[in-house]
Amino acid sequence: MATLSLRDVRKSFAATQVLHGIELEVADGELVVIVGASGCGKSTLLRIVAGLETATSGQVVINNRDVTELEPADRDIAMVFQNYALYPHMSVFGNMAYGLKIRGMDKAEIERRVKAAAEILGIGPLLERKPKQLSGGQRQRVAMGRAIVREPALFLFDEPLSNLDAKLRVQMRAEIRRLQRRLGVTSLFVTHDQVEAMTLGDRLVVMNAGRAAQVAPPMEIFERPADTYVAGFIGSPAMNFIPAVLEDGGASAKLEDGSSIRFADGPRPGPAGRRLTLGLRPEHVEPTNGDGSIPLTVELIEPLGSETVVHGRAAGGMPIVTRLQGAFSGQSLSVHLSPKHLHVFDAETGRRLDS
Amino acid sequence: MSSTALPAAVPMQAERDDALLRATRRRRVMSKIVAHGALILGVLIVAFPIWMTLVGSTHDAATIGRGDVPLLPGSHAIENYATAWNEGGGKSRTTPAALMLWNSLLMALLIAVGKITISILSAYAVVFFRFPLRMAAFWAIFITLMLPVEVRIIPTFQVIVDLSLGNTWAGLIIPLIASATATLLFRQFFLTIPDEFVEAAKIDGAGPLRFLKDVVLPLSLTNIAAMFVILFIYGWNQYLWPLLIINDRSMETIVVGLSKMIGSGDSQNEWNTIMATAVLALLPPVLVVALMQRWFVRGLTETEK
Amino acid sequence: MQKKVIFKGKLLPLALLAPQLAVTFIFFFWPAGQAIYQSLLREDAFGFSREFVGLENFHEVLTDPSWVNAALNSLVFSGFVAGLALGLALFLAVQADKSIRGATAYRSLLIWPYAVAPAVAAVLWLFLFQPNVGMLGRWLNAMGIAWDYRLNGGQAMTLVIIAAAWKQLAYNFIFFLAGLQSIPASVLEAAAIDGARPARRFWTIIFPLLSPTTFFLLVVNLTYAFFDTFGIIHSLTNGGPAKATETLIYKVYVDGVQNLNLGSSSAQSVILMILVIGLTAIQFRAVEKKVHY
Repeated sequence: MATLSLRDVRKSFAATQVLHGIELEVADGELVVIVGASGCGKSTLLRIVAGLETATSGQVVINNRDVTELEPADRDIAMVFQNYALYPHMSVFGNMAYGLKIRGMDKAEIERRVKAAAEILGIGPLLERKPKQLSGGQRQRVAMGRAIVREPALFLFDEPLSNLDAKLRVQMRAEIRRLQRRLGVTSLFVTHDQVEAMTLGDRLVVMNAGRAAQVAPPMEIFERPADTYVAGFIGSPAMNFIPAVLEDGGASAKLEDGSSIRFADGPRPGPAGRRLTLGLRPEHVEPTNGDGSIPLTVELIEPLGSETVVHGRAAGGMPIVTRLQGAFSGQSLSVHLSPKHLHVFDAETGRRLDS
Repeated sequence: MSSTALPAAVPMQAERDDALLRATRRRRVMSKIVAHGALILGVLIVAFPIWMTLVGSTHDAATIGRGDVPLLPGSHAIENYATAWNEGGGKSRTTPAALMLWNSLLMALLIAVGKITISILSAYAVVFFRFPLRMAAFWAIFITLMLPVEVRIIPTFQVIVDLSLGNTWAGLIIPLIASATATLLFRQFFLTIPDEFVEAAKIDGAGPLRFLKDVVLPLSLTNIAAMFVILFIYGWNQYLWPLLIINDRSMETIVVGLSKMIGSGDSQNEWNTIMATAVLALLPPVLVVALMQRWFVRGLTETEK
Repeated sequence: MQKKVIFKGKLLPLALLAPQLAVTFIFFFWPAGQAIYQSLLREDAFGFSREFVGLENFHEVLTDPSWVNAALNSLVFSGFVAGLALGLALFLAVQADKSIRGATAYRSLLIWPYAVAPAVAAVLWLFLFQPNVGMLGRWLNAMGIAWDYRLNGGQAMTLVIIAAAWKQLAYNFIFFLAGLQSIPASVLEAAAIDGARPARRFWTIIFPLLSPTTFFLLVVNLTYAFFDTFGIIHSLTNGGPAKATETLIYKVYVDGVQNLNLGSSSAQSVILMILVIGLTAIQFRAVEKKVHY
């Protein structure tokens, strides 16, 4: 089994720099998910690890061996592609066996490994079929089988679930997780889907514009997002952002409407008047009739069944989204911003400010 | 037109519908009759010369020489074809059809296989690699579309003479195996092979030649079949080039040999054996088209895209 | 268009290209260059000396009445061949595109003359129109028409046109049918709902939508008539009688191979090359248009 280290990996296409020095340590058996919007460089990073793309500078180290210069075939990796890349003219068996055959493995061993992998994936009866005779989920399994039989040091997944319908995606997600645990193979998984990222990863790398905005376990990312990008990207509906300035020696923030919120977890550094962005998740915007409540004009109601998302607008024109238990109807709503759950960011840099 | 079928007075709704319906039906039937009539006529135009050739190949030379070619086959088929096959057609009987057919087959196969082979190799190089002068090489091949053999016939013949390739199979075939059309078709097809296949192959450890053999060639089979039909016919039907290059009667191809039997179209000729040779000359390419029609039609319309 | 994912290596692709490039250079570019070079030279009758004469060969060719005659013959020949083969093929394709019984059988029966060599097509038609043994030739004579294509230039031209058009019919039919089948059914349905009758639908909807195919085929047919019909003329008439069916390509052959007049033959080749380049360029414009449709 294996570890992976990325050391200051940079990549430019002509004049455009798409990766700005990525650092990452993946422990043995860990599943790290790289998540980000399209164009953030996540696929490029994965392809650099695979050797399909060459880094402009930096190092890729697998199992303490520098593989930066090596061909993909010599890196002891296996990859599951977004569209599976199954060779259409080869049977399921042929597809899974191809990489082993090229490496000159003997027939009996190939047979044993393919059968074993097919067993694990539940595609044993399909071995003689051609890819076009398979359903989407079955193709997905074959693509994984092709990776498994190689018994590689590292699994790479390039958005492997994005071609499946919603229901199957959830099912395969759980299956990949179970399988990865069972085989204990170090894995790197790229996706643009934050739910997939949260449910699958031991740790997440949230990427933004070619940089790793935050590398941390899922709950830490959710609870303590490192900057406004991560805060807005993870969680649905997205976090509310409210402009404010620091006051009272850093102990509270003054909103645009003149009201103040006192920080529940202690003062933030900086001079009075420092511009802040306050973040509050919709579920922490609580309906209230008490003092200091903010009146909202309701603009849109999205009933989700057990809860309702309400899009409203405060007096100053600031949009605020809230998530309420049960059903809701009405033209207006008063809410209270819960100081306990407040995230504080510097308005200039977007970085998180802790007490 | 249906409007003429409408009565002048405003009819009852049902009656009017009936009139419209009748007119529409009549028009549909007419349209079908026209279609069948035209197509049958077309098929007759296409088939009549061939039918008469078949008929001509089954009578004796005297019947045809008198000018009494009937519309139906005669009883001399076996002897005519045997003569053509074993000795040759026409008065001169220079080369047996069996030998000429073999020569044509060899020429057509070598041209088709040669064109396909070198076209696949060059298309593969141009699509799957980046190297200096890549585009220059591509354009060099592409521009040969504008230099058909007929146009540069004399200087090309001189090159063959300079290389002492006259009267040789190499001289007959090699100049004809460069193919811009086939290269373009394969290039077009290779561009549609998903990038992920190449990546999967790289991770599987397959090099470029292995990828060509294990993935690209199997995926290209239908295109190869389509190209084969077109190029086999192209090769079989060559006329001007073999006429120039080949003097040796034992290397005569059947298309050229047949034409030589005619001479100046004299009536005092063995038309029966000539017609038997004609049937033998058109049978192989027609069979190839008939048996591989699906690939052939697709290939033909795709190459021109 | 380029692939994003490629293999590394510089020598292997060059090795893969080598056979094609070698053939191309030795048998295409070198001869083409030779043709241009020789078109600027004149050789004496014994081949002992050569002199550079500039564009004189071209001037001679273009003012030579027999070349002008051949050019006119080529125009008449290719005009009629293209017109006949295109018109008939379009008509048949429209009929075969209707949903009638046996449509596929008709299609198969109309396609196969594509496989017949031009020279063989010539022999087939010769056997019909030979004045003494040919069925139709004798019939024409019996009707009181003095038919002998070996003596009458107009009749010779008619016969080579028929044989050449007959052979090209299948090719045009295949393309017209493919073109018709690629017209979206929804467009025709919309026209039908707008009230257009079939004949009107053809001229206002189908024919315009088919025009890229038609134009493409027109160029292909002209190219065919100019260059690929050598076999037909050589087998049927040998350019005769009295050069009545001598086309440009046939004249290149006669002057180069039979009269061994290299300078003139080369100049004629160069003129033809310019012609092909023109036709090919037009063809690519047409193909581009077709793709954009």
